Amino acid sequence: MSTLDGKIPGGPISEKWTNYKNKVDLVNPANKRNIDVIVVGTGLAGGSAAATLAEQGYNVKAFCYQDSPRRAHSIAAQGGINAAKNYQGDGDSVYRLFYDTVKGGDYRSREANVHRLAEVSTNIIDQCVAQGVPFARDYGGLLDNRSFGGVLVSRTFYAKGQTGQQLLLGAYSAMNRQIARGKIKMYNRHEMLDVVIVDGKARGIIARNLVTGEIERHSAHAVVLGTGGYGNVFYLSTNAMGSNVTAGWKAHKRGAHFANPCYTQIHPTCIPRSGDYQSKLTLMSESLRNDGRIWVPAKKEDAQAIRDGKLKPTEISEEDRDYYLERRYPAFGNLVPRDVASRAAKERCDEGHGVNATGEAVYLDFAAAIVRYGKEQATIKGEDNASESRIKELGKAIVKAKYGNLFDMYKQIVADDPYETPMMIYPAVHYTMGGIWVDYNLMTSIPGCYAIGEANFSDHGANRLGASALMQGLADGYFVLPYTIGSYLSSDIRTGQISTDTKEFDEAEKQVKERIDSLVNNNGTNPVDYYHRKLGNIMWNKCGMARNEEGLKEAIKEIAELREDFWKNVSVPGKANELNQELEKAGRVADFLELGELFAKDALERNESCGGHFREEYVEKSGEQKGEALRDDKNYAFVSAWEYTGVPSEAILHKEKLEFNDIELKQRSYK
Amino acid sequence: MNLNLKVWRQNSPDEKGQMVDYQLEGISEHMSFLEMMDVLNQKLINSGERPVAFDHDCREGICGSCSMFINGEAHGPVKGTTTCQLHMRSFKDGDTIFIEPFRANAFPVIKDLVIDRSAFDRIQHSGGYISVNTSGNTQDANATPIPKENADLAMDAATCIGCGACVATCKNSSAMLFVGAKISQYALLPQGQVEAKDRAQNMVAQMDAEGFGNCTNTGACEVECPKGISLSNIARMNREFLDGSITK
Amino acid sequence: MSTKKQKLSSIGRKVLMALTGFFLMLFLLQHLSINLLSVVNADMFNEVSHFMGTNPIVQYILQPILIFSVVFHFAWGMVLEYQNNQARDVKYAKYKGSANATWMSRNMIISGLAVLAFLAIHFYDFWLPEINTKYIQGDMSGMSHGSDHFRYHEELVSKFAHQPIRVVLYFVAFVMLSLHLLHGFQSSFQTVGFNHSKYTPIIKKLGNLFAIAIPLGFVIIAIYHYNIHPH
Repeated sequence: MSTLDGKIPGGPISEKWTNYKNKVDLVNPANKRNIDVIVVGTGLAGGSAAATLAEQGYNVKAFCYQDSPRRAHSIAAQGGINAAKNYQGDGDSVYRLFYDTVKGGDYRSREANVHRLAEVSTNIIDQCVAQGVPFARDYGGLLDNRSFGGVLVSRTFYAKGQTGQQLLLGAYSAMNRQIARGKIKMYNRHEMLDVVIVDGKARGIIARNLVTGEIERHSAHAVVLGTGGYGNVFYLSTNAMGSNVTAGWKAHKRGAHFANPCYTQIHPTCIPRSGDYQSKLTLMSESLRNDGRIWVPAKKEDAQAIRDGKLKPTEISEEDRDYYLERRYPAFGNLVPRDVASRAAKERCDEGHGVNATGEAVYLDFAAAIVRYGKEQATIKGEDNASESRIKELGKAIVKAKYGNLFDMYKQIVADDPYETPMMIYPAVHYTMGGIWVDYNLMTSIPGCYAIGEANFSDHGANRLGASALMQGLADGYFVLPYTIGSYLSSDIRTGQISTDTKEFDEAEKQVKERIDSLVNNNGTNPVDYYHRKLGNIMWNKCGMARNEEGLKEAIKEIAELREDFWKNVSVPGKANELNQELEKAGRVADFLELGELFAKDALERNESCGGHFREEYVEKSGEQKGEALRDDKNYAFVSAWEYTGVPSEAILHKEKLEFNDIELKQRSYK
Repeated sequence: MNLNLKVWRQNSPDEKGQMVDYQLEGISEHMSFLEMMDVLNQKLINSGERPVAFDHDCREGICGSCSMFINGEAHGPVKGTTTCQLHMRSFKDGDTIFIEPFRANAFPVIKDLVIDRSAFDRIQHSGGYISVNTSGNTQDANATPIPKENADLAMDAATCIGCGACVATCKNSSAMLFVGAKISQYALLPQGQVEAKDRAQNMVAQMDAEGFGNCTNTGACEVECPKGISLSNIARMNREFLDGSITK
Repeated sequence: MSTKKQKLSSIGRKVLMALTGFFLMLFLLQHLSINLLSVVNADMFNEVSHFMGTNPIVQYILQPILIFSVVFHFAWGMVLEYQNNQARDVKYAKYKGSANATWMSRNMIISGLAVLAFLAIHFYDFWLPEINTKYIQGDMSGMSHGSDHFRYHEELVSKFAHQPIRVVLYFVAFVMLSLHLLHGFQSSFQTVGFNHSKYTPIIKKLGNLFAIAIPLGFVIIAIYHYNIHPH
């Protein structure tokens, strides 16, 4: 075990980034033309980084597994993007965004990174508007904001319920401009299968052309991973089907430390599972919690009757409903942070109050909001004696304007009308705060290999606040990496083109091919999904919303056994040299089967409860906070960065101590 | 429910494909269409056959990957949805379901139901952007108020997911709804108006070079578009284009 | 960004269809207006017909433009139909066009070809004899042969009176024209870029009215002359 250096610049926190930028080494424009950068992944982080690096003059090669960069899963983010603009004049500031993010992350993020994120957040909005991102506006033509869970100000910018889509299309448009200029060479339907290290530096990647199956070598002076999170280790998550950890895991195996893998965000407002065939879960924006009230039947017999289909939620009277978030957390009510809301839902369902046939769902009810808005509207319209049905009609119109697309989506999936009956929601894996360890420069422990966006670990600590993922992705790609990468590349101006015709590339390519061949020629009996589902079950039951020592130990053992079985008995039809979606899945699941083990180990070693990591053994035993998560700042205020040794459960722990000079560590209280 | 599927199978771009019949039993009405396809594929894998290749990713109707032509309609019989949002409750026990790739010469088949939509990307390269560098020094986001009406219309146009249903469904394989939406989004915003004329010329030129057919205003694209992109965007594109043709 | 210009873009090609379409619709309107006179007042019909048939501006400027427009609209329509067909080599095994577009919009080539076939009859009936009389035989008087009254009205009447087959043919042709216009009218506006949340619904209604009223007018004239003149 060693202590890691985050390379945080000196000085007061609010000046660190400015000072850094003032002093960082720059690369002369003429020299940038001679430097190649590989960017893997084209979501908000990868896409914005690729575009900006190309604008600066670097030769960028960008890779995505989708058929177009525009389809990266950032596109599915609904709610919004935070920025400390204080347009609403409600007391927001860079410091407050910084503070909220560190607090929301349960004091497990790196202070300096978070402050930088809050500083550049305002630039993001300016940049996106200049790019033509159609953010929502008010009638005066100025930008509108909404509030999001876990904070007390309205700082979230949004574009209907499709903010991620609009921001991604903005980054995509910036990429397109550079593709047209020839500064970005785009490789669609390509999957990175290894990073190539030459003389200790990341100098290229091995990628598979997913259409032809060809294994390709690509060299560069630096490799940037913007490859997203690993939520699909749970099989069911709100991630896209193709979202995977492979790029990050390959880098990990080549020397990049993997940090805090156990920090997983379970999002409270997802549509519940309907059956065993379920392939993925659908998230509904957290913004719904602004107006929806969450409850379960107070009586277990009512819950049972609902599960049996004998009772309807609308038939349960007010006094028989348990608005458990409002009851437990009067200050924040339904707007508590995601981890708190998710655990509370699980707690109620475990106690037997859950609804839906599976018993794994709680209600999100808009009836009160509809009446409240309806009365408001009646007053505005001067209809003082509006009937109840008229009030509902007016209220529904407002709710429709705010959440219409989400309600439509719910109706499509569940075949229930949320205007008339409460929605059912249940937590689902949504985001992974953990990821590849990076220093302040966003460089991994492999020199020249960078990780940005969800792929790295740095900014959200143990829990991410709503509307901060988009902010971080774009901050890293547009405004941070393009500066910090210069300090590394400035020493590379005389290196010249990196050859792919070296023993390091030979070796890496050989390993990739061998692995593919062993999968394709395995002739096993079980399809890839069989293993993925099994892994997902272990993860959800033993490494999910609540974890304990015994379960985690079992998980480590079971995952190792499952992995062994996978390599013996997996069946991958088709050939290596063709479009083969089963082969793609097999490679990804193989990596998840390793990551899952490290995940469980990380969770086992962290003997505290913080943010998305909740250990049943570590809770407040008494007092007002009884049952709430109990952090251990004395012993666990560090980042766990794991070094690969060959077996995930035998990874070596490196600690990066987290120092909080500007924020006092407190127990998060939303009561 | 039990279903008879007729699925387009084609091994490679050069090979001639064909419709192949499959029987599926015990499909739940709560399944999504793609989950039904998953069941088919597991069945095929278990019996040693090649699974059906199809594009899909987010499975929540926003990435635009999925692209099936189901029973003669892009994304199937339900309007305003993508294939992944279609549920089996839209079908009946014993139904025969035709499943084909989106077809157009500009969208060649790669394998089975997987098509190559890179033509859309190339159209975007030709002008689907505003020429602004990332600097952190652009003017404040609120410096230029934008009428809400225009911002909302721009947003409506920008919701296009680039799935290609418009092309697939158009009897002429025209891409004008897709191109019109992008041109409109920028034409409606002050930031985009600076280059609006050039953008329309360039994007239309690339669209034509890709081999899409011409628009005859049947309006089928608007009906089948999972995001309900309006035909008015095509009219706006025509306007922007003609303006540029006459004045530049 | 720099501009990439093309010689004849897809939009340019369809605008040509729309513009000739507009001109032909105007022509239809004036043609019907004059023909309606034949029902109201034979003398007035004769006067106007003679004016149109002999006025040099109409004959030597408008008529050639009309002929060009007709020929161009048909030929270009067929070219575009062919080109559009070429954009999809492998056809769908199942294609449900009726699910998302009207029959009219999908079958402009059919209604168009039907109108073309009708034009052949129509030219044989009226236009060729007219050209023959005026420009081959050189009789610009407009008088009925060996008489002192205009020939136009009686020629019109003679074509329809007690000619059921011709009337039925005309009826069918005008139904096809109506179908063509039901799509064509509003489509022309859309093509030239006219689409407005407030005015487009009005244009659509106006288009439907135009598409029904104009052909109906011609049909009524044919039926009127079929019935009204006892021999």
